[in-house]
Amino acid sequence: MSLIYNEEQRMLLDTAQEFFAERSPVSALRALRDRNDALGFEPALWQEMTELGWTAIAFPEALGGLEFGYKGMGTVFESAGRYLSASPLLSSVVLCGSVLEQGGSEAQQNEWLAEMIAGSKRLALAVDEGARHNPERIALAATRTEQGFELSGDKVMVVDGLGADGWIVAARTSAAADGVSLFIVPAGAEGVAVSRQNLIDSRNTARLRLNQVQVAPEQLIGELGQGNALLQTALDRGRACIAAELQGACEELFKTTLDYLRTRVQFDVPIGSFQALQHRAAWIHVDLELARSSLMAALDAIDRGDEQAAQLVSLAKWKVGQVADKVSNEAVQMHGGIGVTDELDVGLYFKRIRVLQALLGDADYHLNRAAPLLEET
Amino acid sequence: MSAIETFRAETRAWLEANCPESLRGPAAAGELVWGGSQVEFANEDQRLWFERMRDRGWFCPAWPEAYGGGGLAAEEDAVLQKELKRLRCRPPQINLGIWMLGPVLLEFGTEEQKQRLLTPMTRGEVRWCQGFSEPNAGSDLANIRTTAVDEGDHFVVNGSKIWTSYGDKSDWMYALVRTDNSSPKKQEGISLLVLDMHAEGVDARPIDLISGKSSFCEVFFDNVKVSKDNLIGPLNGGWTLAKRLLQHERSAMSKFGEFSLPTHFDLMSILGKYLPDAETPSDIALRARAQAAALDEHAYNLTVQRMGEAARAGQDVSGIASIMKLVHSEQEKQKFELLVDAMGHRALGWDGDEFSEQELGISKAWLLSYTQTIAGGSSEVQLNVIAKRVLELPDAPKGGAK
Repeated sequence: MSLIYNEEQRMLLDTAQEFFAERSPVSALRALRDRNDALGFEPALWQEMTELGWTAIAFPEALGGLEFGYKGMGTVFESAGRYLSASPLLSSVVLCGSVLEQGGSEAQQNEWLAEMIAGSKRLALAVDEGARHNPERIALAATRTEQGFELSGDKVMVVDGLGADGWIVAARTSAAADGVSLFIVPAGAEGVAVSRQNLIDSRNTARLRLNQVQVAPEQLIGELGQGNALLQTALDRGRACIAAELQGACEELFKTTLDYLRTRVQFDVPIGSFQALQHRAAWIHVDLELARSSLMAALDAIDRGDEQAAQLVSLAKWKVGQVADKVSNEAVQMHGGIGVTDELDVGLYFKRIRVLQALLGDADYHLNRAAPLLEET
Repeated sequence: MSAIETFRAETRAWLEANCPESLRGPAAAGELVWGGSQVEFANEDQRLWFERMRDRGWFCPAWPEAYGGGGLAAEEDAVLQKELKRLRCRPPQINLGIWMLGPVLLEFGTEEQKQRLLTPMTRGEVRWCQGFSEPNAGSDLANIRTTAVDEGDHFVVNGSKIWTSYGDKSDWMYALVRTDNSSPKKQEGISLLVLDMHAEGVDARPIDLISGKSSFCEVFFDNVKVSKDNLIGPLNGGWTLAKRLLQHERSAMSKFGEFSLPTHFDLMSILGKYLPDAETPSDIALRARAQAAALDEHAYNLTVQRMGEAARAGQDVSGIASIMKLVHSEQEKQKFELLVDAMGHRALGWDGDEFSEQELGISKAWLLSYTQTIAGGSSEVQLNVIAKRVLELPDAPKGGAK
């Protein structure tokens, strides 16, 4: 077990931070938002990330990957979080990539995974249906037909769902609790309607409406009714990456806030000299350290194939998410009036943090899921 | 075989042969031997282990042989510590003098002082206590008022110290005293003195806490004569030495953790006993609060581990280290609060057959947990330190916290 980045991982962290600072600073997100860009990321930036090999980081060499693990992936996500850099790395590579890596047939891997790593195609994962994340209650129905399956139902919070080359849709194929199957639905399939869910973070989020969509048997991933395990693994990898992005965003936002505390003068002194604010800032430092340890344990557990990986991922998503709420609240409050203006980047961090907190399970969801860690061994 | 490997093999063999089986593994609080003039052994094994280690010079293995130490090189000492740990040997004795005052004496003491004070430490003959805090000098330690007045060939000490652990059982004290009142900076008129607790005019009285009996004492000094050769370091130069001593305090406290049996109460399993079916919204909320507290404890344990790894990798860990005492003590307090909430009056028992041993233990530990966020630098002081040293926030205007 190792809770720190090794030298190679630290090098990747440095590279990623420099890259995003230069190529995709916060002003890039602001520009995307101001022109109401539904795609929500810059294709040119995505292309460069692909060329740097970041789409290949976590995959095994046999599938064209670098076998650099989720700690390696974590360095990229926390760097992207620092600059609010937008890309489909989570939706396409981590979530859909994991599903295909674990359960895809050779044909599916050739058609989608290789293209995905090369950056020429991207997929989006469609899981959520209700107001809150709840993959245990998937209802979208897939029924058998003579030719294959017919899918009907709605999916929401589909990250990067607009403009995708296809979606991996989680559908119910039996009444059993885990009777879920995963299907690839290519873009352009008849009966699919995609619309934008324009959220506070100005990214690409979609609603998918499936109306009697016909899916060929070759589009089923893995065994019928056995999609849940594939889905959970993919979701956990995604959650860990979200936690990394949150941690990066929070650390950067806290740094900005500390700068403000040191320089903003009221009553003839910097406001950071007031003990009431110092102690609140010190508690944030404490929480960020605890969150960091949880994050590193989650990434490490995924890479080691730890049997408690799911619980450790939930610990991280819970702890980092809870801290993120606090840090973003305090950042706005400590900046005072200007903290609630759109002029400052603080608000952009606040909004992104809140979407990430809700994505794939908020702190309350993961509090329950992490609980088995507490059983005495 | 290299010299160090030979040393390792010899040390391992000696420890295997000489450390009694019964003294391997963690010890409960009452099972430790405190060196000093009144040393007490609960059994023959404790006496044997004490005498064997003493005679080998291994109470202080890395100190020079001239003062009774083991004269080991740093590398050899590291091997010895590792072997002790491997066999899970308990320390043959506990002695604050060795852990805290000793290193400062080695650095700042005169040759005469080293001979006179260190040698009995290495023999386990003197029990030491610490006289730092005073009723008006807690978090603001430099505010001490106990005076040592120069009377020609000796000092006369008047005043009092508080929170002195085992003051009533100790032979000698190292104390911070005020030797100059004229300096505008209160840190500048402080000296470090050692004094005999059996001297005339010294009175140590145990303090009862909200949790009951404690090892803390208040110590009063009424015209106590202290000869001048008991001044450690320069006159009025005690503040620097005090800061050094406090650094040693931190490592000494962590040593306690290494061999002490934790008085661990597992929040979730106890909660499960007293709140087996959480059904009402408030019971469910209580369970969720407990679950969150327990997960926070898990995150803390991971942080301890991460700090160790980062330190071994040569990274700066001062930012992580600064949170440890604060987090641990606050989490403990929170945990006991939750236990009291869940257990109701079963956690409010004081003594008697009505309550189980565990219930009474929880009551006492809960009450005692309040000392943890105050002693050894209160939570507020910890937050000040984080704000200033780690986050580099500006100093408060004059009159505020420094």
